[in-house]
Amino acid sequence: MTGGSGLLKLEEVKVYGLEPVSFQVSAGECLAVQGPSGAGKTVLLRAIADLDPVEGRIALDDTDRLAVSGPAWRARVRYAAAEPGWWDETPRPHFRDPDSIAEIVRALGLGEGILGQPLARISTGERQRLALARALEDSPDVLLLDEPTGALDAKATARAEKLLKTQLKTGRIILLVSHDPEQIARMANRKMTIRGGKVRVART
Amino acid sequence: MTQISYVALSYWDLALAATLILINGGLSIAFRLGIERTLFIAAARMAIQLMAIGFVLKFIFAQTSPWWTAALALVMILVAGYESRARQETPFKGWIAYGLGTATLLFVGTIATIFGVGVLIGPDPWYAPRYIIPVLGMMLGNTLTGISLGLDSLTTAARRERPAIEARIALGATRFVALSQIIRRALRTGMMPIVNAMAASGIVALPGMMTGQILSGVDPVEATKYQLMIMFLIAGGTALGVFLAVLGGARYLSDERHRLRLDRLDLGQGD
Repeated sequence: MTGGSGLLKLEEVKVYGLEPVSFQVSAGECLAVQGPSGAGKTVLLRAIADLDPVEGRIALDDTDRLAVSGPAWRARVRYAAAEPGWWDETPRPHFRDPDSIAEIVRALGLGEGILGQPLARISTGERQRLALARALEDSPDVLLLDEPTGALDAKATARAEKLLKTQLKTGRIILLVSHDPEQIARMANRKMTIRGGKVRVART
Repeated sequence: MTQISYVALSYWDLALAATLILINGGLSIAFRLGIERTLFIAAARMAIQLMAIGFVLKFIFAQTSPWWTAALALVMILVAGYESRARQETPFKGWIAYGLGTATLLFVGTIATIFGVGVLIGPDPWYAPRYIIPVLGMMLGNTLTGISLGLDSLTTAARRERPAIEARIALGATRFVALSQIIRRALRTGMMPIVNAMAASGIVALPGMMTGQILSGVDPVEATKYQLMIMFLIAGGTALGVFLAVLGGARYLSDERHRLRLDRLDLGQGD
């Protein structure tokens, strides 16, 4: 964990359907990613997490994505999908050390017993918060969050944003896909707009 | 050595038996099932194919040449490899769709047949085609079913459970950890037919080879011993084949960066 000294750098990254993308995000910075549905926001985040093969250089600090194994890269650069996937019956087996995230679970407004409940009986909003907690486990340096509050009410969204701001203060980098301009205004230092294959980065 | 005695069938006997197919045709017409044409073509194909292979086997058995035996074995393996792709709803793209099945069948078929015929039965000469070819045929038929089911289970589950698999990968899991659940399920699916066949044989049905040997005059206990040996060979071979094909499939379904590669599947089929 670098926790504060990180710099995420993309150079001429060729994501399917987009013009070559180059930008960098510093530690503690939140870059909002916006654009219409199907514009390529998710594929860009997936490319940064090395979930799809792409050309171009992606580096965190001085570590090139290809210089470390895929799992080692994704341990530092973590992608959380808009629709989280689950592979067991209850949330607990989805965490490496469930005790270590107790504080995060509380901060997100979830009850302590939720980790042992069947996922089928947990609401969409609660599952989305659990997915966010799961992404934060082991303190990755970069969080690639694809509509992390899409299924949350205003109160739960506020809790999630507060937690993410705390993460930013400790030096995490966040790329936040959001369709909510107010959330972008609250959270982001800069914003990227993807439209018609073109990518523009601007200050908020 | 067991005394072999059997009653040879004439072509008239066969023609008489073939009239039973007319019952199926009659039923199809009476109930408008619309399968009479397909049925007669299938029956005719079966008759022609089996008669042809009968003559081919007669020729090859007469040669007792390792080269003729190897040539026929190779053709059988290639056809089985082709069939392994055809039986999958979502096969891999390109040559690997055939290559994976064929390589597995070649490896397992060779090892099991050499072990079964060369070591256990021990005919003279060891490559005698009347032992090698039937044993290989039974091995290939069963292993083919196992690996087709196993690979089909793997690729279908990978598509269906992509969000869960990629969630694990995104959290830093290696490909085999991320795919472990669907690999286990595919291995079980591939091995289930032979496990069921072993459990049912002798009670629900007399296995085909044993029936054939009994009809040709072999002592039933001797026929049973042969059948048992073949079942053990098939069970071992199927397990090895399913294991190799499913692990090979899982490896190809992901890459060295531990990413899930559904783009390597031919999604054009079965949807």
